[in-house]
Amino acid sequence: MKAVHYVNQFFAGLGGEDKAETPPTRLEGAVGPGRGLVAEGIEIVATIACGDDFFAEHEEEALATLLDYLEDESPDVLVAGPAFGSGRYGYACGTLAAAAAERGTPAVAAMHPENPGVDAAGKAYVVPTAVNVAGMRDALPRLARLAAALAEGRELGPPEEEGYLPRGLRRNYFAEKTGAERAIDLLLGKLAGETRTEVGGGLDRVEPPAAVPELSEALVALVTEAGCVPQGNPDRLQSVRAQGWFRYDLDGEDTLAAARYESVHGGFDVTLANEDPNRLVPLDTARELEREGRIGRLHEAFYTTTGNGTPVVTSTRFGREIAGELREAGVGAVLLSGT
Amino acid sequence: MLAKEIERTGIPVVYVTSLPTVATMIGANRIIRGPAITHPFGLDEGERRRIVERALELLETDVEPNTVWEVDR
Repeated sequence: MKAVHYVNQFFAGLGGEDKAETPPTRLEGAVGPGRGLVAEGIEIVATIACGDDFFAEHEEEALATLLDYLEDESPDVLVAGPAFGSGRYGYACGTLAAAAAERGTPAVAAMHPENPGVDAAGKAYVVPTAVNVAGMRDALPRLARLAAALAEGRELGPPEEEGYLPRGLRRNYFAEKTGAERAIDLLLGKLAGETRTEVGGGLDRVEPPAAVPELSEALVALVTEAGCVPQGNPDRLQSVRAQGWFRYDLDGEDTLAAARYESVHGGFDVTLANEDPNRLVPLDTARELEREGRIGRLHEAFYTTTGNGTPVVTSTRFGREIAGELREAGVGAVLLSGT
Repeated sequence: MLAKEIERTGIPVVYVTSLPTVATMIGANRIIRGPAITHPFGLDEGERRRIVERALELLETDVEPNTVWEVDR
């Protein structure tokens, strides 16, 4: 049984955020957490790695190269991660696993259930993990077990039994109780305070708002989840798992000066952003356009938070609260920057 | 999610990000592919101007759900 392991630049030992642009590369045997998988009985013949930013910005090229490596090795299984809560890494793991599975190589990734990479994984398997690397010791044996099962070609049972995340597939089976009885069970459970469901829900959709009829008369607001804050982060916005959002007056400034602003986002290398914060929140350009009359008026303040490991329910609340203020202020359009 | 909740109140939002796939999965409706994670609004003012102008065009356009535009067509 042979496996190929996918990791990002950090777990491959190539460097941190400064090496996030590393193109795909192949390393002999197991590296980093791969050694933990080997200890669990997974024979890793090669490790393939790619920088998180490189994968995000050159997905087609990265995938092609990584899949070539995979074809050269012809393993019985591809293991990707664990990526925990890291969004770019998780996305790369999920996308690669899905592509490998489509091409006939069984694949399993590991990451936090709220990682956007879970959706990217499609029909490939995803083992749930904790949100950060403290969960490595817990994750590796579970990941190894699933990898071994896939490599053997064993048919897997349902998610709860085998320890992977539901993939939204429906499989028919004969239940002991009829649907009517199970529905009553669920209802009684709900009345008792325990909400369960047999079919999982997805994210809801929102209709696109109508286009702005007259931008030259509109009030435009700048919002960001890139963690842009005044120098020194006076309100202590978190770098990860933001607890709140903040509204900062622009004081009629023409630009976000590097001396007065910085980014505290913990999910990407903020060097370029700190050299020129307009790269995250385009105040200089927006002011020019306001002077030229292209937009009516720029909102007097901008809104900021850190979009890094924020649970869906929390970011939904932030969105509602910010939206409430924007509506009250009569804002007609928003430019939102994300990373 | 921020984009969706603001859109839910009827205010059009353009979301500039270098991960448009994640944005469409979440369900944002007006998305512009930014050049990089470290600088979604570009490195220099020239590039920034092009990105913001494209974003304004998108705000002035009625769209189908989950529309992604590149900066340079």
